[in-house]
Amino acid sequence: MATTPELLPYGRIREDLFRPLSGVSRNYVLATVVAFVIGAAGLVAWGHQLRSGMGVTGLRRPVFWGFYLVNFVFWIGISHAGTLISAILRLTDAAWRKPVTRAAEAITVFALMIGAMFPIIHLGRGWLFYWLFPYPNGRLLWPNFRSPLLWDVTAITTYLTGSVIYLYLPLIPDLAQLAEHRTLWRRTLYRTLSLGWTGSDREWHALERAMKLMAGMILAVAVSVHTVVAWDFAMTVAPMWHSTIFGPYFVTGAIFSGIAALIVVLAALRKILHLEFYLTRHHFNNLAKLLLLMSLLWFYFTMAENLTVWYGNDPGEMAVFAARTRARYAPYFWTMVLLNFVVPLVLLGIRRLRTIRTATIASACVLVGMWLERYLIIVPTLANPRLASASSTYTPSWVELAITAATFAAMVMLYMVFSKLFPIIAVWEFKPHPLEEE
Amino acid sequence: MERRWGMTIDLDRCTGCQACVVACHAENNLPVSGPVEAAKGRAVHWIRVDRYYEGTFPDVKVKYMPVMCQHCDDAPCEPVCPVYATYHNAEGLNVQVYNRCVGTFYCANNCPYTVRYFNWFEPEWPEPLQLQHNPDVAVRPGGVMEKCTFCIQRIKRTKQDAAQEGRPVVDGDVQPACVQSCPAEAMTFGDLNDPNSKVSRLAESGRATRLLEELGTKPKVIYLQRGK
Repeated sequence: MATTPELLPYGRIREDLFRPLSGVSRNYVLATVVAFVIGAAGLVAWGHQLRSGMGVTGLRRPVFWGFYLVNFVFWIGISHAGTLISAILRLTDAAWRKPVTRAAEAITVFALMIGAMFPIIHLGRGWLFYWLFPYPNGRLLWPNFRSPLLWDVTAITTYLTGSVIYLYLPLIPDLAQLAEHRTLWRRTLYRTLSLGWTGSDREWHALERAMKLMAGMILAVAVSVHTVVAWDFAMTVAPMWHSTIFGPYFVTGAIFSGIAALIVVLAALRKILHLEFYLTRHHFNNLAKLLLLMSLLWFYFTMAENLTVWYGNDPGEMAVFAARTRARYAPYFWTMVLLNFVVPLVLLGIRRLRTIRTATIASACVLVGMWLERYLIIVPTLANPRLASASSTYTPSWVELAITAATFAAMVMLYMVFSKLFPIIAVWEFKPHPLEEE
Repeated sequence: MERRWGMTIDLDRCTGCQACVVACHAENNLPVSGPVEAAKGRAVHWIRVDRYYEGTFPDVKVKYMPVMCQHCDDAPCEPVCPVYATYHNAEGLNVQVYNRCVGTFYCANNCPYTVRYFNWFEPEWPEPLQLQHNPDVAVRPGGVMEKCTFCIQRIKRTKQDAAQEGRPVVDGDVQPACVQSCPAEAMTFGDLNDPNSKVSRLAESGRATRLLEELGTKPKVIYLQRGK
């Protein structure tokens, strides 16, 4: 198992990793078209909603938040794949991180772009979303900074800006290598984006420092973002939302689903771009262990949350608890426990079973499970308000389903475009240190 | 001293006749949702009559409870609105500024009484109901949240009229549509800051309770009912 890309000559690595940038296969075109069609269908659905009103969704009093908010929390959670994992690995100098970080950081940026759309899509008057930004306006009004939604706006814009910088910085040396590309538009693109990088000592030092600094800062921002997302719910007086552990619970869930997304994406890249030599069993094994750890942590939080509610026996909370574990939502709840805890525990906890294939299967399960988790947090609470006379149910409409499907298509499309334009594994990281070169 | 508008509802008098609901619809230009949307739970009623059943058939007692915006002194809906569409005015009313509302739904999700209603579509009135709009009340566009205002237009009108006639507004001058139309005279409206107002005296009664009082929202709707 000692095969590591470091043992290859640098020229070969360059060739391997730059190859996916040129040439477009039939499957690539096909996948792009399919993703585009699904994405366009989502846009049509959104247009229909903007024209006709929120009544075209399945939302109804008192379930005012449904699929859109579930998707919002889900995608912001996925965004923790990259930045957080790559920042932790960078700061702890984990040597195996090299082929993993850029793929992870790209997930972050795209998942955030998608996730940040949902607060706009879910608005009753989406075209006025910019009223949430602080700017001098005709209403002579600041936004209300006491509202957790304003904290969201602040946290997510900070995180998106930071993540883009964090993805961009380690791209610069690779862009400089590509600046001699033979097609003109690519040459112009890479040359412009490489900011005149020459590879001098001073530049390397500056880049190293900037990346270290960004890794540290992005870690704090990432934790704060999902905490704030959790506080959208925890700051209310709604039963089973008003919980002190929601901040760390959501951060845990986010990292959990983020690692799962990373494993799935890496498995796909490995297969499609033939990166078997770069993304090895070793990487998947390490990530699988991280996933297992997060699964245990997630289960601990879920148990703590539900046990205290059940033992406390508050009537308002028990109505939600019962709906989740014993009534309408029970099938989803127990499926969630199965997918998020039992499957990873068996497939990844038993060493003999832990392979690239099982890690990918477990990760796919976790993604579904974590989507269900957000659904189970949002919908049962709203459907069972404190005054039982107002309780109701929720079933999404085709509009919500189409928009949800479109976001997954958008993720695939963005990722495919990115991997055609930029090397998905940081090439320069494999460059031998100048002192070791001879 | 500033006024602090409040209401008492005598549950021992309420017959559940729904006159208040109808009056509110007429007074406040509430949209007509139609049977399909109403079945989905999309109907807009700023005041609704909740029913509570006690005992088992055939020995059943039904209790009625009209529920509208409780105009909480510590209203959970207010701090969560990112655009100040809902806020507390100087007279203690929890007011909704429709033009500011972008429809985040956050206020409705944080209302323990579930008394906030959303305009799922542009409002509609089947003929000839569109001819009976109250000119004192704005018609709300699709995509915004709305709820009981304690008939703020009547409060304003009463104050204007009194000022023009050079007389003070006295207890009983302001009557929201629901209060005015209640055949059982179960509802009383007035200034809770005036210790001599009828509503203040009723609020002091031993029968006074507040809905979900334990949440600390300090509602200004006070329910009157005798102990068991």
